[in-house]
Amino acid sequence: MSSQPQIINRPKDNHPHTGADTVIACLLQQDVELVFGMQGGSIMPVYDSLFKAGAPRHIIVGHEQGAAHMADGYARVTGKPGVVLTTSGPGATNLVTGLANAMMDSIPLVAITGQVTSNLLGNDAFQEADMWGITMPVTKHNYQVTDPDELPDVFAEAFYVAMSGRPGPVLIDLPKDVALKECPPYQAAPRVPEGYWTPYQPNQKRVVEALEVLRQAQKPVILAGGGVIQGDASEELKRFVELTGIPVTSTLMGLGNFPADHDLSLGMPGMHGTGYANLALYHSDAILVVGSRLDDRITGQVERFCPNAKLIHVDIDASEINKIVPCLVPVVGHAKPALKAFIKLAGEWQTKPDYSAWRAQIAEWKKEHAMVYPRRSGRIAPQEVVEMLGRILDAEATIVTGVGQHQMYTAQYYPFRRPRSLITSGGLGTMGFGLPAALGAKLGAPQRDVVCIDGDGSFLMNIQELATAVRYGIGLVVVILNNSYLGMVRQWQDMFLDGRRSETLLSGVPYDQVAKAFGGLGRRVERPEEVSGALEWALAKSRKDSLPVVLDVQVDSEAVVLPMVPPGGANTDFVPCRGGEACDE
Amino acid sequence: MNDLRPIAVLVRNERGVLARVAGLFARRGFNITSLAVGETEDPRFSRITVVVGGDEAIMEQVVKQLNRLVSVIKVTDISRLPRVERGLALIKVRAKPENRDEILQLVQIFRARVDHVDHRSMVVEVTGERAKVQAMIDMLKPHGILEMARTGQIALGRSETIYQVPGAEVPEEAAGSGVYNLYKREQGE
Repeated sequence: MSSQPQIINRPKDNHPHTGADTVIACLLQQDVELVFGMQGGSIMPVYDSLFKAGAPRHIIVGHEQGAAHMADGYARVTGKPGVVLTTSGPGATNLVTGLANAMMDSIPLVAITGQVTSNLLGNDAFQEADMWGITMPVTKHNYQVTDPDELPDVFAEAFYVAMSGRPGPVLIDLPKDVALKECPPYQAAPRVPEGYWTPYQPNQKRVVEALEVLRQAQKPVILAGGGVIQGDASEELKRFVELTGIPVTSTLMGLGNFPADHDLSLGMPGMHGTGYANLALYHSDAILVVGSRLDDRITGQVERFCPNAKLIHVDIDASEINKIVPCLVPVVGHAKPALKAFIKLAGEWQTKPDYSAWRAQIAEWKKEHAMVYPRRSGRIAPQEVVEMLGRILDAEATIVTGVGQHQMYTAQYYPFRRPRSLITSGGLGTMGFGLPAALGAKLGAPQRDVVCIDGDGSFLMNIQELATAVRYGIGLVVVILNNSYLGMVRQWQDMFLDGRRSETLLSGVPYDQVAKAFGGLGRRVERPEEVSGALEWALAKSRKDSLPVVLDVQVDSEAVVLPMVPPGGANTDFVPCRGGEACDE
Repeated sequence: MNDLRPIAVLVRNERGVLARVAGLFARRGFNITSLAVGETEDPRFSRITVVVGGDEAIMEQVVKQLNRLVSVIKVTDISRLPRVERGLALIKVRAKPENRDEILQLVQIFRARVDHVDHRSMVVEVTGERAKVQAMIDMLKPHGILEMARTGQIALGRSETIYQVPGAEVPEEAAGSGVYNLYKREQGE
């Protein structure tokens, strides 16, 4: 036995280059600035290399689900891929919800999960979970690396796949021995996967057909989705709309792709959409869908969604065309070049089609079904809080939500004026998305005010990330529309289950106190006249103190989201919204 | 039209690619009637032939959803093409001396083969299109089928055009920079 003391920290240049070093080098090569993650046994070698390299910047989270949502929020505000780093087993399985959420909303993520050493794979080793198998349905693609020499190729391909075409999450599973194995430093050239092809330019023939349908239409509508935002095509959409005078409805994922305060904006369609958007779609004779997958919350009963309309569907993913609603003119391509081609052709129209009668009809519907809500004296209407935020904040602010009633109030009453100003979990409807996504959004665009409008139920689900916000001095405002209920479910129980409020009443957690205990700031708001002052205070504090500020706003707990299309019903059968002074029943 | 249609799926020959394809069918509720996997002339790729039941709308989704998989290189709905299609069945049929002749006659009619005979049974090997294999099975049923093993159908289009995998070439100017930049450059930004 040698009596030499063991050298624990060898000098940096004497370290052999390992797979873990390659992982960090690959991240830097992809211009990754931020990584969200959590330590653990199997991922330790990568964290060790991160320590040695000193970059990219790493954010330790409270829970891996939070890391996935933070990366998601970051990706949504920046348009760059969000990167997540976790250990094997539970660390990795905790990502599943976040990956599924990103998959549904087509958000580019690259998740790197540690794995047990290769010789233990399949042996039910400590903290082993088959991440490759588990995440197959919730990722665009996933990898398990078996040799460090593969790493540069795998990373180059993973980032390309995550970003290109219809974006999505990608997972790389990294056994610990691969991370520890020595390998030559190697820089990969960017690689396009074999046989992987993504459409970009639309087929000109289809563009001509589409424009002809619109030219002949009397009652056209544009339904613009998240694809317009992801495809950076909002400017083009606005130009096309102003050129043609066709009214636009923006889906939940698409809010902000067209300014909400524009004359031709119809707001959101679907289950909690505006009455006038749903009526316009129902009565239209031509619909131009851009970058939307027409999910069930948009269409309602499919047969009665737009019975007389000729459908033009622009989407980068061919599988979305004809999936739900039969389409007359499919335009497979990226929203930006597609809309550019549309603008060019529409600019050459000899006579502009006259849609003025149609617009007059819509104006009438807008009057008849104006968005209104009741106020109860002495109680705070949740919609009012959202409206007030819309007045206080400028167009540059980023709004993030959880999932539930507050999310729909935000979608209905906040005036989104620019793309990427709303960060919300659309497809998966992930409660608890709000706070971590808001942290990612703030880190991705620190110059913007970030306000997370959340529900009390939703906020509680990832409340641990308050610690992350405090640790890194991330200044943002959380406005909890606290009704002490799982409000959306309670609303369904009241409307469709004879008011049997099964397991929807929550206990009134004092969230302002919780925020203070975490080291942030908090204030409880109980009366309508306090709201505006509290919002101003919270915004000023979040900017000045760089801390999370939680406003626990006690809203009218009986408020409901209207209009509402009953589940399974046609969009025209919506329960309309009611205004005025509500009286207690 | 609810037909059985063969679809050829050219995939990257990598671990778990079958799980990806089979998983997709299960998740989306598509109905696999038969499935066969094998190497192609190029060891980098495998060909999966899936026979799917469904109408036009389902077939459209099957092809499009398969195309979304990154491991999938090319999907061809060969039910629309003139094609050669083969499957194989091994059928162990009860065969006493008194009915052997009749079975042998069937074997001849179907251009099948007898791979094994003993005192109580025969193993018959039949190759052909789905319908033919099925017909042979139906004809042997009255004699008593003891055991049977059947492969998935494999198929190739008869056309002369052969799909070439496009080379994964990277623009020179993008080499060395992040893929994100390559992506931006591709989109002409």
